[in-house]
Amino acid sequence: MSAPLVARPAGSVDPRTSAPGALRWFASRIVTFCVVELQKLRHDRTELATRAIQPALWLLIFGKTFSELRAVETEGLPYLDYLAPGVLAQSTLFVAVFYGIQVIWERDAGVLAKLLVTPTPPSAVVAGKGFAAGVRALVQVVVVVVLAALLGVHLELAPWRLVAAAVVSIVGAAFFATLSMTIAGLVLSRERVMGIGQAITMPLFFASNALYPTDAMPAWIRWFGTVNPLSYEVDALRGLLVGTDAHLWLDFAVVGGSLVAGVAVAAAVLPRLVR
Amino acid sequence: MSTNGHDPGAGLAVRCRGMRKHFGSVAAVDGVDLDVRTGEILGLLGPNGAGKTTAIRVLTTLLPPDGGEVLVFGRDATADPFGVRRLIGYVPQQLSADGSLSGRENVGLFARLFDVPRRERAARTDEVLRVVGLADVADRLASTYSGGMVRRLELAQALVSNPRLLVLDEPTIGLDPVGRDSVWERVHELRHELDMTVLVTTHYMEEADEHCDRVAIMHRGRIEAVGEPGALKAAIGPEATLEDVFRRHSGHEFEEGGDLRDVRSTRRTARRLG
Repeated sequence: MSAPLVARPAGSVDPRTSAPGALRWFASRIVTFCVVELQKLRHDRTELATRAIQPALWLLIFGKTFSELRAVETEGLPYLDYLAPGVLAQSTLFVAVFYGIQVIWERDAGVLAKLLVTPTPPSAVVAGKGFAAGVRALVQVVVVVVLAALLGVHLELAPWRLVAAAVVSIVGAAFFATLSMTIAGLVLSRERVMGIGQAITMPLFFASNALYPTDAMPAWIRWFGTVNPLSYEVDALRGLLVGTDAHLWLDFAVVGGSLVAGVAVAAAVLPRLVR
Repeated sequence: MSTNGHDPGAGLAVRCRGMRKHFGSVAAVDGVDLDVRTGEILGLLGPNGAGKTTAIRVLTTLLPPDGGEVLVFGRDATADPFGVRRLIGYVPQQLSADGSLSGRENVGLFARLFDVPRRERAARTDEVLRVVGLADVADRLASTYSGGMVRRLELAQALVSNPRLLVLDEPTIGLDPVGRDSVWERVHELRHELDMTVLVTTHYMEEADEHCDRVAIMHRGRIEAVGEPGALKAAIGPEATLEDVFRRHSGHEFEEGGDLRDVRSTRRTARRLG
């Protein structure tokens, strides 16, 4: 047999022995899962087209109709301009919110057991899969920005704004994916993840500022809207892409903090799936 | 975490003493003592539901044991799970390759997850695909592979980290005879060429008889007998089969037991691969 296979792992090579080593190693796991996601997208490009349909329909049908109605107080913006960042945030939510189903499928197929027998802690698996959902969200950023531009939305296109919008979208999708994986780890079946996913998508979306300002809501819904991470994602995207007054630092902190919490919780329940 | 000469399991690939794992009130693994010698193919035999898969999951650090000691090449599975994982290549019972990736990408994923250095990754991936005989189809999607090819792809995934112990859970379940032969053929080659220790579970007595150096017979969470198939059979009688050995040591028919979950997962696998 040729040389490379003769060399054995030399003792306890553990890159987690120093803090920078651990971070780099954790990041390398995330990169691994993102690479796999890109490979899957390359093999099946129809996914890209089908994912573009829903935001397109929201912008065209809902957006155009509500533009005519002038029913929403939009801080002086044309309604389509107001809506476009909301539709982008929504599509990152939809990309991610059923990710738990994939994890259940991987449990059934033995893939999850195989992943957890590699030197990869559950937190890295969860974070990796979250950012893999982020890769798909990145595609949505391109789709929605191009669509919005074609529909005449006045976009702010400075490179730093686009990059920041991409980051918020990726982190937002990663958070919603960890939420979905948490549900998967708790309910343990595909059907229930599907049901709960559908049940939470509706309030997450409609009790946010994606379609209309939270000021228009009754008090108790407004309260939910202000703790809903999607509202902060929308606020950031709206500030970045159409130049409204946004609380960018707060938005980044809430979306990023949600992701950290989501990874921790999902990692705690993930091993339930292989028991 | 270091290995020293005084470790009791130093000369062994696996050393289990009093290994226990309970699920609620059910003792799936109920005090297992088992040694796997370096370089051998050891078959863990038993009917469905005997506790084989649970024992494997504890050995591979997927489940923490409720009691007892588990050493893999002298490393403690509870105290140093990452150290143990780096020594193990694991192939689960289900056909677990990802059909939406090519064969090469499936192997590349595990090269990355085992921290194979970037400059060695492509060469190592090519090498293990060649070893399992999939070099020519490496760039096809795994969804186009036959069952036997998927199994060999999974062997390649398990081998890319260059493990010392290969753990195979029911590697021939659901395969046709040609697929089964091709899998065993590779396992023998790997053992000889790569100096690998192999721990394999199966409920096919004939395969264990033909392919394993030693077998351990498991029943209701316990190891009932361990030894070379020939010696175990000879102790019973001149015409005895391994099934007779099982019956003698467990006091039960081999077919007894059965676990609905096994049937379900096999069906799911069949459905998924169309």
